[in-house]
Amino acid sequence: MAEPAIEITDLRKSFGATVALDGVDLTVATGEVHGFLGPNGAGKTTTLRILLGLLRADSGRAVLLGGHPWRDVTELHGRLAYVPGDVELWPQLSGGEVIDLLGRLRGGVDAARRAELIERFQLDPTKKGRAYSKGNRQKVALISALASNVELLLLDEPTAGLDPLMEAEFRAVVQEDRERGRTVLLSSHILSEVEALCERVSIIRSGRIVESGTIDELRHLTRTAVTAELDVVPDGLASTPGVHDLVVADHRVEFEVDGDAMAAAMRRLADAGVRSLVSRPPTLEELFLRHYDTGVGGRR
Amino acid sequence: MRSLAGTWSLVRLALRVDRVRLIVWVVAIVGVVVVFAGAIGELYPDEMSRRQLGASVAANPAFGAMLGPLQDPLSVGGLVTWRMSFFQMVLVPLMALQAVTRHTRAEEEAGRLDLVGSTVVGHRAPLTAALIVSIAASLLVGTLVAASLVVQGEAVVGAIALGAVYAGAGVMFAAIAAITAQLTETARGANGVAGAVLGIAFLVRGVADGAGEAGPTWLRWLSPVGWTTEVRPFAGERWWVFAVMAALVVVATGVAYVLVERRDIGSGLLPARLGPPEAAGWLASPFALAWRLQRSTLAWWTLGVFVTGLVYGFVAESVADLIDDVPGAAEMLERLGGAEVLSDAFIAATMGILGLIVAVYAISTLLRARTEEAGVRAEPVLATRVTRTAWLAGHVLVAVAGSVWLMAVGGAGEGLAYGLQIGDLGQAPRLAAAAQAQVPAILVVAGLTIALFGLVPRLVVLAWGALVAFLVLGQLGPALQLDQWALNLSPFTHAPQAPAEPLTATPVLALLAVAVALAGAGFAGFRRRDVGR
Repeated sequence: MAEPAIEITDLRKSFGATVALDGVDLTVATGEVHGFLGPNGAGKTTTLRILLGLLRADSGRAVLLGGHPWRDVTELHGRLAYVPGDVELWPQLSGGEVIDLLGRLRGGVDAARRAELIERFQLDPTKKGRAYSKGNRQKVALISALASNVELLLLDEPTAGLDPLMEAEFRAVVQEDRERGRTVLLSSHILSEVEALCERVSIIRSGRIVESGTIDELRHLTRTAVTAELDVVPDGLASTPGVHDLVVADHRVEFEVDGDAMAAAMRRLADAGVRSLVSRPPTLEELFLRHYDTGVGGRR
Repeated sequence: MRSLAGTWSLVRLALRVDRVRLIVWVVAIVGVVVVFAGAIGELYPDEMSRRQLGASVAANPAFGAMLGPLQDPLSVGGLVTWRMSFFQMVLVPLMALQAVTRHTRAEEEAGRLDLVGSTVVGHRAPLTAALIVSIAASLLVGTLVAASLVVQGEAVVGAIALGAVYAGAGVMFAAIAAITAQLTETARGANGVAGAVLGIAFLVRGVADGAGEAGPTWLRWLSPVGWTTEVRPFAGERWWVFAVMAALVVVATGVAYVLVERRDIGSGLLPARLGPPEAAGWLASPFALAWRLQRSTLAWWTLGVFVTGLVYGFVAESVADLIDDVPGAAEMLERLGGAEVLSDAFIAATMGILGLIVAVYAISTLLRARTEEAGVRAEPVLATRVTRTAWLAGHVLVAVAGSVWLMAVGGAGEGLAYGLQIGDLGQAPRLAAAAQAQVPAILVVAGLTIALFGLVPRLVVLAWGALVAFLVLGQLGPALQLDQWALNLSPFTHAPQAPAEPLTATPVLALLAVAVALAGAGFAGFRRRDVGR
């Protein structure tokens, strides 16, 4: 495999007393769409801004497209496009002007792709920046990024202001881009979007990556909900390692079990004479809630 | 009055947001008045010295054009009234009009008024709250000025009149800003239109007083700034002039409220236009972007500076008339080198004023870089191949080239008006060139702004403080007989007095060196620091 598009090791950044990044490790392979998830204030945008050379890391190493994000700005920025989470446009410039300007500053816009994207995203490019809604400002930045001739896209919650139709359009476009071999780092909160688009996901919390892997791998890391009717409720089920939140009512048990304790728990149930069994795989929501929830009140 | 619901909450909010800014304004204005009032009495201790001062002021039209007449040279109060007049004519109105814009159009433009407007807030409440805050600040300035003069033993009636003049000047321009805040969609635009009204009012009054009592003093009545002169504190106060001011305030606020009723939140009365669907071919560099963002501002500045130059040019010709009545003046003039010498001295003084005005342009243009950064509009550009140096250089280039251009336009305007009267249109290029003598000093101010932006971006507005300090040093320093080293702190002290004196290389090169060093520090700092809010 080629060298990774992004390779971050032990990245640290503080703003005064606030620790924003507390040793981030992140690898994005060339050609993949990588989901970057985490609660507000977890450090997603700070990571992206360090990759863009807008912030200087306190310590750690970041390699972007084989170059140094701070030193090789001009060379690297010709090969990537960035869509900020908070798109602000110049009030007196029209959307079309902004698309062209940013594209040219990156090194060139694909005119046909630009026209196609304006059509697909139903953007009126003649409006001035101050007249656009949040969603339309986002479309301007997205079209400019997607129509630029670049190999890497850094997208910071790009669909936060888009309506569902446009969101679907965005997914279709990113799918096409992936097929063309573009690498995408997608920070997002929308789980269905991440599930549909991303091969791999990294979850950041309080300035650290807490999980990283394919979505299937992450599912494996979480608990499965089990409901069973048994002949006899076995003693010691509650104390089996990996079994949580056990509720017993007559012959009926409900519990959650860690992925790696599944086999042991199933043996206990089989020994107790299973009459019926329902097991529900973890949803992504549960996965994320588990990681997001405990982050509340913690460090940024 | 349901439409006023929530006004007091908004007043409290505005005071909270503004607490540092307004306190600095008030303390700075009152502080300078107090210090000056304390010092001027010692500098001109007796009637003799004050009469001399009065005579020399009357003989120098530059004083009249810039400060208005010295109506009572014999009392400290009268001297303060005259010498501090740019506070009532410029600074207090600026404080008041900016405060109104900040709490109306600026909030609306930022979208915060939508949030506030969705709570129990009547649609007249934001404007009312902004007017209350601005008027209260003006009244506070007036009260403190009056009190400080009374404490120093000046006539109570005169002190109250002067305080009322300060307050009145602020209140009038708060009311004018109430209208301009309804006209444009942007706070910049609203401040710009209100500032233009102030500038025109100041210029009209300058023409009225530019030729002493013999000149067209009736023009004062056309200008709200002129009305403040007509009150005559310490020189036979005319209280009824305040009725004229009050009439303006009532009419202007009335118009503003009518406009508030007629428009939607977020919109102006001047309609928004559509733009081109594609960018012009030249819009492909950070400099092109900075130019695209600033060009309409520069166009308005060009017009303003040209008109200012024209006005000074018309006044310059009448300078020679003033001295004709003085016995023996004709011979003295011949010895000095003819009437042109006197005019050139006046023109050189007005070039200094133009230089300060264009320095305002330079600072505001460079502060745009900070606005872009804080408004997260710099980020997408810096995420392209554009380096930080190139991005900042785009803004710097617009500021520097714009300053050179504006000085040339101002000088050409002055030369045109002056040349038409003396029948020598060669004055236009001559004065356009002479005006360039101010550019190195302007570049020092620009360099300071760049240094602040690169090294301490949060404090970049201190550039305004430095410019006000230079203004105060230049305007008050000589009158206070400050030591030369203090005067030397201002770059404008070192600007050659062209066309009255020949250009000398040393100060020009020294100023340029300082400007380049400051700018270099700023660029180096910006290359190293984090970009963001």
